[in-house]
Amino acid sequence: MATIVENPSLTGGSPGAEPVVDNYLTFTRGWKSWAFTLDHKRIGVMYLCATLGAFFVGGVMALLLRSELFFPGKQFLSPDMYNHMFTLHGAVMTFLFIIPGIPAAQGNFVLPIMLGAKDVAFPRMNLGSFYLWVFGAIYLVAAIIFGGLDTGWTFYTPYSTTTNTSVILATTGVFILGFSSIFTGLNFIVTIHTMRPPGMTWFRMPLFLWATYATAIIQVLATPVLGITLLLLIAERAVGIGIFQPELGGDPVLFQHFFWFYSHPAVYIMILPAMGVISELISTFSRKHIFGYRFVAYSSIAIALLGFLVWGHHMFTSGQSAVSATMFSFLTFSVSIPSAIKVFNWLATMYKGSISFATPMVYALSFIFLFSIGGLTGLFLGALSVDIHLHDTYFVVAHFHYVMMGGTLIAFLGGLTYWWPKMTGRMYDEFSSQMAAIGVFIGFNLTFFPQFVMGARGMPRRYADYLPEYEFYHQLSTIGAFVLGVALVAAVGILVRSLWTGPKAPANPWGSATLEWQCSSPPPHDNFATTPEVGDPYAVESVKWSDSERGYVKNPSYVPSKDH
Amino acid sequence: MSTADVVSPVTAPGEHHAHSGDGHDHGHGHQPHLAHHFESYEQQFDAGKLGIWLFLVTEVLFFSGLFCAYVVFRVLYPELFAFGHLFLNKELGAINTVVLLVSSLTMALAVRAAQLGQRQVLISMLVVTIACAFVFMGIKYVEYTTKFREGLFPARYFAPTPEALLHAAHMIHDAQSHGAAGHAAGDGAHDEHAADTSHGHDAKAGDHAHEEVNKNGLTAAEQAMVDSVKVPANAGLFFSIYYCLTGLHGIHIIAGIAAISWILVRSIKGHFTPLYFGPVEYVGLYWHLVDLIWIYLFPLLYLIH
Amino acid sequence: MTAATIDHTGHGHDAHGHDGHAHHGHGHYPGVPSYSHIMPLWILFAVFASLIALTALTVALSGVALGTAEIFVSMGIATIKALLVAVYFMHMRHDKPLNVLICTFSLVFVALFIGLLLFDSMEYYPNIAARTYVEMLDKAK
Repeated sequence: MATIVENPSLTGGSPGAEPVVDNYLTFTRGWKSWAFTLDHKRIGVMYLCATLGAFFVGGVMALLLRSELFFPGKQFLSPDMYNHMFTLHGAVMTFLFIIPGIPAAQGNFVLPIMLGAKDVAFPRMNLGSFYLWVFGAIYLVAAIIFGGLDTGWTFYTPYSTTTNTSVILATTGVFILGFSSIFTGLNFIVTIHTMRPPGMTWFRMPLFLWATYATAIIQVLATPVLGITLLLLIAERAVGIGIFQPELGGDPVLFQHFFWFYSHPAVYIMILPAMGVISELISTFSRKHIFGYRFVAYSSIAIALLGFLVWGHHMFTSGQSAVSATMFSFLTFSVSIPSAIKVFNWLATMYKGSISFATPMVYALSFIFLFSIGGLTGLFLGALSVDIHLHDTYFVVAHFHYVMMGGTLIAFLGGLTYWWPKMTGRMYDEFSSQMAAIGVFIGFNLTFFPQFVMGARGMPRRYADYLPEYEFYHQLSTIGAFVLGVALVAAVGILVRSLWTGPKAPANPWGSATLEWQCSSPPPHDNFATTPEVGDPYAVESVKWSDSERGYVKNPSYVPSKDH
Repeated sequence: MSTADVVSPVTAPGEHHAHSGDGHDHGHGHQPHLAHHFESYEQQFDAGKLGIWLFLVTEVLFFSGLFCAYVVFRVLYPELFAFGHLFLNKELGAINTVVLLVSSLTMALAVRAAQLGQRQVLISMLVVTIACAFVFMGIKYVEYTTKFREGLFPARYFAPTPEALLHAAHMIHDAQSHGAAGHAAGDGAHDEHAADTSHGHDAKAGDHAHEEVNKNGLTAAEQAMVDSVKVPANAGLFFSIYYCLTGLHGIHIIAGIAAISWILVRSIKGHFTPLYFGPVEYVGLYWHLVDLIWIYLFPLLYLIH
Repeated sequence: MTAATIDHTGHGHDAHGHDGHAHHGHGHYPGVPSYSHIMPLWILFAVFASLIALTALTVALSGVALGTAEIFVSMGIATIKALLVAVYFMHMRHDKPLNVLICTFSLVFVALFIGLLLFDSMEYYPNIAARTYVEMLDKAK
C-alpha cells in the first residue's frame, strides 16, 4: 500500500512540472488514512490487494495438489492432507477471491465513478464490509492452523458434523464473509437506485452497472440463507440440534437444499460481474457501440432471477426426488438462454468493428472462448442421465473451472488491466502483458481440457490417487497448471512493475465513453470536480485519439444520435 | 468539497457534540448530519430507507431457513409438534406477544415524535421500548431455564425429566377430557389444571411420609400417568427448532436493544430534527420486523393443537 | 436538488420555531418535509388495539378443536397482524412503491425456497420411510 501512496512523488516516469492535481492516492497520507478511509476507491484498492493475496494462497494450494497428482500413488501429500488441501483451495478461492474479486475490488472502485456519484451510498458500511472480509479470512486461516478442514468447500452433512477438523472455525469465517458480501451488494443496490446524477437514466448506465446490480440482488437475497445454513451447522456440531442428522431424525438432503439455494445463485455472483466487465471491454476495443444494449442489460437480471430456480441440479444423485430433479434439469437449460444472448451480442458487437488486441481485449476474447466451453459443458451436466455418469468426476471440475476461472478470473484480469491506468495512473508494458495473457490462456486450457477427457472416462474428483490409465492426462494437467501459474505471476508482476517504470496514464487511454474515463487518472478524491456530462456510455465516437495527450479526448465534432 | 472540510469537520453551531473525527461526513458544514456525498436530506433519507428495507429483506431470508426447517418437519412429523408444544407455556408466550406489541406501538410513537421534533416524547418512548425488550428477554429467560431444568434440550441431549412428562400427561389428559365433554374454550381450565398440578407437587412435598414415592419422586398413580405418555421418536427435534427460532429471535431482540440505545443516546444529544430523523425510522423498521417474526413464532410454536 | 435542500432547511428552522404545537395539526404539519409522513395518533392506537384483540382471538381459538383448519386460521390471523404492523407501524402505506416491491419480492423468494424444498421433501420422504421400515424388519430378524 505504502508504495502506491508514495509512488507518484518517487518516480521520474514523466518529467516536467505537472500541475499538482488532487488525486485519491495522495489526498491524505499515512497508514491511518488508508485503514480508516471511507473513500470507495481506496477501499476498492485494499480489496484488490487482499483478494489477490487470497488468490495467491489458493493458487499455491492448487499447484501443490497438481504436483501430488503428477504420478499415481503418494508423492508428498497424505490422503488426509490432500483432503485438507483441496477443501481449503476451494474455500479460499470461492469465498475469499472469486465472490468478492470483481464486485468488491473492481466494482467498488469503478461503480460510483461510472455512475457519476461521489461515493457509494454507505461508505462506512463499505469499509465495514472490507474488515468483515479480513475477519472472515482470519477465521479461515485459523481453521487451517487449528486442525484443518477436510469437508470440501460445500460442508456437506453428515460428514461435516462428525469430522474432527475445525469446521466451526471455518464456517464462522464463511458466515462473516457472507455478511461482507451482503454489505457490498446492499450498498450497490442503494447506490444505483438513489445516487444517480441527473441524466443518468437506467438505460444510460454502463452494462457493468447492470451486471453488478443483478449480482447485488443475488447477494442480498441468497447470502442470508447461506448464513442460516452455516449457523445451523455450527449449532449441529455444538449442541446437536439434529436438523441435518439422520440418527436424530434430521435430513442431510435438507442441508444440501439449504446450501445450494445460496451456492447456486452464488456462482452467478461470480460470473455476472465478469460478464459486465466483458461487455465494457468488447465495446471499447472493437470501437463500436455495444450491440443489443437492452438485451444484454435484461439478460443480467434474467440470469440473476433464473439462477434461483436451478439449485437442485447439484443434487441429481443425492436422494432428491425424481420429479424435482426433472424440473430442476429443465430449468437449468433455461439459464443458458440469457447467457447465450450475451455471447451473441458480444460477437455481434465485434462484427465489423476495428478490433484492437490490447491486453484487456485479449482477456475478453479468451473469456468468450472459455466461457462458451464452460457454459456448454454445463448443459451436459444439467441433463439428468448424463449427469449420473459425470457426477463427481473431473468433468465437473473442468466445467466449473472453465466457468469460474476461465470466466471470472479471466474477466477479473481483463478488468484489472483495463482499469489499472485509472487506478494507479500508470500504463503498463503492453507487449509483455499481452504475452502473459496468451500464456494464461494456453496454460489454462492445458490444465483443464485434459480434465474433461479424464472425467468423461470416469476419473473421480477429490481423490488423492488414480489408476495408471489417467497418468497422461494428469501430467498434462499438472504441466498446464505450472504454465498457468507462471503466466499469472508474470501478468500481475508486469502490472506491479508499471508502478515504478510505467509512463503516466492519460485520462482516457482506451477510448471508452463511460464516465470513469472523464476524470483524471488516478481520479480525484471526489471523483469529479464538476458533475459529469452523462451521455450514451457506448458512443465510442464521442472521443478521439489525441497525440499530445497520448490518450483519447472529447471529439468536438461528435453529435449525439437520437437512437441511443 | 474542499480539503479543509474533510480534514477538520466543520460542526454546526449548537451541534457541539457532533461526531468529530469522521472526516468523510459533514461536508455540509451548515447542514448537520448530511453526509458529503449526498445532495440533500431527502436523498440521504431515501438511500437510508432503501438500505434498511434491503437489510430487512436479508433478515426475512435469514429466518426463512428456520421457517423452512419448521415447515418440512411439521409436515413430515406432525406428532413431534403436537407433543412438543405441550411443554411450552402458552401464557408466557401470550404475555410476551403483548409486550412486543406494546414495544412496537411505542417505537411507532417514537418515530412520530422524531418526525415532529418532539425530543422529550421521543426519549420517553424509546425508554419504554427498551424496557419492553428487557421484559421480553426476562420472560424468555424464565422459559429457557424451566426447560433446561426439565431436560428439554435440543435433539441430541433431549431427556425430559419425569416431572416434565407428568406435566405433559396432565395436559394430554386435559385435552382428552375436554374433547369428551365437548367443552369449547379450554383456556381457563388449562390454567386451573396447571395450578392443580403445582398444588399437587407442593402437597406431595409436605405429605412425604404418607405416600410412597419411587426413585423418580413420583407416586404410583403419577408414574402410571408418566408411563402412559408416548414420547414420539426424535421428539427433541421440536426443541431444536424451538431453540433455533426463539434463540435467533432473542439475539435480534438483544441487537435491537443495542440499536435503540444508540438512538436514545443520540436523541438525548439532540441529533434528530424533522429533517434528519432517518436513524430513528430505520431502527424502528428493524424493531417492527423483530415483532413481526414473533407474531408468526407465537402461534407456530405455542398454539399448536 | 440543491434548491430543494435549501428549501427543506428553511422548513427545518420553522419546525423548531413551531415545536410544541406543530403536532396538533389536522393531517398536515408545518415544518415537516415532504419525505416524512406523519402517522396520526388515532391510527397508531387503533392498530395497536386491533393487534391486541387479534392476539386474544388467536389464543382463544387455540383451545377450540378446529382440526386441519387450525393452522390456516392461526396463520391467517398472524398474517393480518403482520400486515397491520407493516402497513401502519412500518409506514408501508406511504412508502415508496420500490420499497414495497422489494418486500413483496423477498416474500416471493421465501415462498419459492420453502415451497420447492417442501415439495421435494414430501416426494422423497416415502423412500426414507420405506427404507427405515425395511431396516427395522432386518433388525427384528
